Amino acid sequence: MTVVKGEFGRDDEDDVKDGTVEAPGAADPYVPSPRRLERERYRRVRARRATAIAALSTLVTGAALYLLVVSAPGWPRTKETFFDPAYAREAFPKVLEGLWLNLRLLLVCGAAVLVLGMLIAVARTLRGPVFFPLRVLAAAYTDFFRGLPLIINLMIVVLGVPALRLQGITVDPVLLGGTALTLTYSAYVAEVFRAGIESVHPSQRAAARSLGLTNRQALRFVVLPQAVRRQVPPLLNDLVSLQKDTGLVSIGGAVDAVRAADIVVGRSLNYTPYIVAGLVFVALTIPMTRFTDWVTARTDRRRAQGGTT
Amino acid sequence: MSDDVPVLRMESVRKTFGGSVVLRDVDLEVAPHTVTALIGASGSGKSTLLRCAGLLEDVDDGAIWLDGEEITDPRADRDAVRRRIGVVFQAYNLFPHMTVLENITLAPRRVHRVPRARAEQQARELLERLGLGARAGEYPDRLSGGQQQRAAIARALAVRPRLLLLDEITAALDPELVGEVLDVVRDLKGDGMTMLLATHEMGFAREVADQVCFLDSGAVLERGTAEQVFGDPRQDRTRRFLRRIVEAGRL
Repeated sequence: MTVVKGEFGRDDEDDVKDGTVEAPGAADPYVPSPRRLERERYRRVRARRATAIAALSTLVTGAALYLLVVSAPGWPRTKETFFDPAYAREAFPKVLEGLWLNLRLLLVCGAAVLVLGMLIAVARTLRGPVFFPLRVLAAAYTDFFRGLPLIINLMIVVLGVPALRLQGITVDPVLLGGTALTLTYSAYVAEVFRAGIESVHPSQRAAARSLGLTNRQALRFVVLPQAVRRQVPPLLNDLVSLQKDTGLVSIGGAVDAVRAADIVVGRSLNYTPYIVAGLVFVALTIPMTRFTDWVTARTDRRRAQGGTT
Repeated sequence: MSDDVPVLRMESVRKTFGGSVVLRDVDLEVAPHTVTALIGASGSGKSTLLRCAGLLEDVDDGAIWLDGEEITDPRADRDAVRRRIGVVFQAYNLFPHMTVLENITLAPRRVHRVPRARAEQQARELLERLGLGARAGEYPDRLSGGQQQRAAIARALAVRPRLLLLDEITAALDPELVGEVLDVVRDLKGDGMTMLLATHEMGFAREVADQVCFLDSGAVLERGTAEQVFGDPRQDRTRRFLRRIVEAGRL
């Protein structure tokens, strides 16, 4: 039997299994009816046509965009200043070198942000009068750092803290910049987590409490797992955003990918290195997005009751 | 539509999930203004049969007709077909972010383009009939199970479906609330609504069904009038199933 790939394809493979691996004694000598074969033939034709249309439409759109850009009056000049292969080759290794700093910052700050954000979110959902000050502090923290522009936060921390000339406090712009990033992003992520916690239906908490779980256990084992899963896309959004903002630590003098490109630009007065740096950042986020999509889709499949609609 | 064309007809319907065959060679006819009850153990394929009829699942093989038009044809407009079929689910599946009235008027307003005022008026009449007149503005989570299920029935009825599919609609309710939901179904039968229902309420099936089908491992093992299937079952399996039900005190 032929297997139709695409929208309706998955059932067919199962049937091949049916015919051959069926439990012994199950008198099910199933042979696909002509009706089914005809239906599959029709779907195959449809799938093929859909692919053809998609390809054609992509081709036309691509050609139109290309012509639009290339026929622009300033194109030759733009090409020279933004898409010069020689400068791209020169800048690429330096940008990559700088990117290593961005990556390290992303990993360390990302982990710190997730932990801190989660703590703040949980602090905001704690009940009981004892926790009142904690709730207020957590709320004040998110209000303040979500509202404070990141660039100002960075300048205060990266330039202001060393100006205090405190003993034992670092003046390393990367460490200070990372701290500022963590402060701001924890506030964002805390709100994402809180929204997730509040989106879990109260009946789930009721079911958990009915089993004798304490409020904390209910939060830990029932509410948070559902909340976090639901918030993966917005969390990823913030993570990507953080990754780009790691470039801002360059205001303290650290050399990251953007700053590396900047240096080449300053020397050559050609903007190609910026394009290179931009594309490198884009290339970094795409696998991350695809990976989370894949994880989410897989868990969805394992839970769904089946069905096409 | 002439009365001799069945509202729903299934012919050798087959459905598999993974490696297991959930429906095999199912034939079924539901005549206009009649009620067909599907009985059988859990996992015998009742719900899947209903989901296939409501085009919530694709059949693997075989065909299904609604009013003589094949709905399993890949060329058929599936949304148009679903517009003519009402489904009531075991878990109600009301939309928690809408009031009862909004739940009921959603499809009339957005799908059938009924003006808001008229849709709301019709919804209120429907709710009044189902004894929920005072609950129109409430959110589903504030209602009892029986009230939620009646609201779900109202939602399915609001588009005046040709066929109503009821999937163990009382399974999540306690006996006291079962009664109020079954009363609604009884009324609907009085109005001549064509219904296909999966149920564990044998007494109710016996009373309300014109045709009873006993499903066993995905096949229709026995079918007939309620008197035939309950009074004088021919198949051994049916007899055993009914005996178990009687022992459990459910008939």
